[in-house]
Amino acid sequence: MRRLALIAFPYVWLLALFLIPFAIVFKISLSDAAIARPPYLPLLELSEGWDGFKAFLAELDFENYVFLTEDDLYWKAYLSSLKIAFFSTVITLGVGYPIAYGMARAPDEWRPTLLMLIILPFWTSFLIRVYAWKGILSNEGVLNQALLGLGVINEPLTILNTNTAVYIGIVYTYLPFMVLPIYSALEKLDDSLLEAAEDLGCSKIQAFWLVTFPLSRGGVLAGCFLVFIPVIGEFVIPSLLGGSGTLMIGKILFEEFFANRDWPVASAVAVILLLILIVPIVLFQLNQQKQQEAER
Amino acid sequence: MAQSVFAPWEDSQQKPLIEFVNVTKRFGDFTAIDNLSQKIFEREFFALLGPSGCGKTTMMRMLGGFETPTEGKILLAGQDIGNVPPNKRAVNMMFQSYALFPHLSVWENIAFGLKREGQPKDQIAARVDEMLRLTRLEKFARRKPHQISGGQRQRVALARSLAKAPKLLLLDEPLGALDKKLRHETQFELMDIQESTGTTFVIVTHDQEEAMTVASRVAVMDHGKIVQVSTPDVIYEAPNSVYVADFIGDVNLIEGNATKAESGVQITWGENTAPLVSTNSDQALAGKRVVLALRPEKVSISVERPDAPNVLRGKVIDIAYLGNLSTYHVQLETGTMVKAQIANTRRVSRRQITWEDSVWLSFSATAAVVLEGGI
Repeated sequence: MRRLALIAFPYVWLLALFLIPFAIVFKISLSDAAIARPPYLPLLELSEGWDGFKAFLAELDFENYVFLTEDDLYWKAYLSSLKIAFFSTVITLGVGYPIAYGMARAPDEWRPTLLMLIILPFWTSFLIRVYAWKGILSNEGVLNQALLGLGVINEPLTILNTNTAVYIGIVYTYLPFMVLPIYSALEKLDDSLLEAAEDLGCSKIQAFWLVTFPLSRGGVLAGCFLVFIPVIGEFVIPSLLGGSGTLMIGKILFEEFFANRDWPVASAVAVILLLILIVPIVLFQLNQQKQQEAER
Repeated sequence: MAQSVFAPWEDSQQKPLIEFVNVTKRFGDFTAIDNLSQKIFEREFFALLGPSGCGKTTMMRMLGGFETPTEGKILLAGQDIGNVPPNKRAVNMMFQSYALFPHLSVWENIAFGLKREGQPKDQIAARVDEMLRLTRLEKFARRKPHQISGGQRQRVALARSLAKAPKLLLLDEPLGALDKKLRHETQFELMDIQESTGTTFVIVTHDQEEAMTVASRVAVMDHGKIVQVSTPDVIYEAPNSVYVADFIGDVNLIEGNATKAESGVQITWGENTAPLVSTNSDQALAGKRVVLALRPEKVSISVERPDAPNVLRGKVIDIAYLGNLSTYHVQLETGTMVKAQIANTRRVSRRQITWEDSVWLSFSATAAVVLEGGI
């Protein structure tokens, strides 16, 4: 009985907070837009009984999905999101791995402090931190002022409202999600493994690629998924730092909901986004499982 | 047929494989190795024995190239290897934790060093298979280290470190993680492998029994110095200091003053006691404060007063029954405790001597070793 209750809790949680909302969104995506409140039709009237339900089902269709394929804006936005997510994951890995490596190699007494520094940004609102980047990256911003002052450039660089700014914002925001899993993988690494590798004829660089890197693979994969998955649907960073040329599906979704008030199309966009995300999420789960088994 | 005794250290013509020349190693203020010189010869099984912190591991790590000496030189086959990095030395090490690569199979672990040398594939495969046969691991070649037992892992580590056919193999507490029975078996395996490969082995251990079993010579270390280097039997029978006598095996230590006797010395000790005689001791000890070191198995215990050069009277306080042996803890009239170890050739129920019995202890005039110094 107690076991059942324990297992039931996460399932009820998942049902209430994921499956039911998803079912509602899915239903809206099959509806038609209407000038009404809520802004779609049909609505399910339970008072009309079985016939009412049948009539309700008959009115649902997939025309919103068909519409998504007709306007190239949507698939371009999906592709662009995937591209931005992919490259920002690669950049975050490039920046995050050396940080995690440095932390794991640091003297023991330094590690808690370094860890704290990685987590510290979470103490202020993410929104405020992204806003701060506006002040840094704008034409009159801190960065341009500094570079002009140093004489590195003669004209201010246009960074804000470009894809570059979006990349900077994403890498900055998601860096801890990359650093922490890699750090936890590297920290467990036994130093004698590296000594053994050297003893068997590896240079320090070979030892890194043959021992350290393969053994941190689980952390690297976890970090990559933790960045890639949320970045695909990212909305705040492109809308604050990106320009009109920055096409991301999160932004489209927001505009469909709030600017166009076309809930059914917006829901269809969301459902497709979820389907796209299922692939990396499943891969992520498999990776986690494999790692747990390896640790046993 | 008499076999020639393996003792290259007694031959002044022999060139050592390894030579420590006045090596000192300091970590900050701490001196781990203190002006140490030592030769190790080819095909030797050399044991570094000592309590933790005595510098034995540092000595081994300097041989492996993981530490560089602060002062002095380390020669390998006549060449100074002080600043040669570990990956450029013809020396391999078997780590205490085994340090097997968890992401590689047993086969790949053993092949790791060979691959770094860029040998052709078929040659690597042949060598790995040879190592697997040597360590009886053929069946486990495809397993990952976490899928095999501790004893098997130990053998993988040994195979991996032997694969490159090093001139010198370092073993850092190689059997520490094994249970007692497996440890005993593995000790003999190690000796067999050492003999069949002809590799020079240097083993670090804090287990004196292990050192005595496997080694051709044992170096007893203390505070960054080697106190005594010798064959296991000499270390045991003729320790050169109270420290070595006390560190190796069980020993009774009796402190007294030495005086010259007809042959050897006699030691006066305690009040109202007869002096103890040791005919095999150096008469130069006469007039000095000395310690008589006596192994428990060289002491006889009897109910009747025996006719022996050294006789002590006391009372049995404790009996430690070890199955094959029993150790009697006897308190002398002076209060000194002396241990006597007797083989249990009869069943315990037929034992003559029991707790609180008055007994006679005796030992021959050559049983003990007399050492200068105090306890």
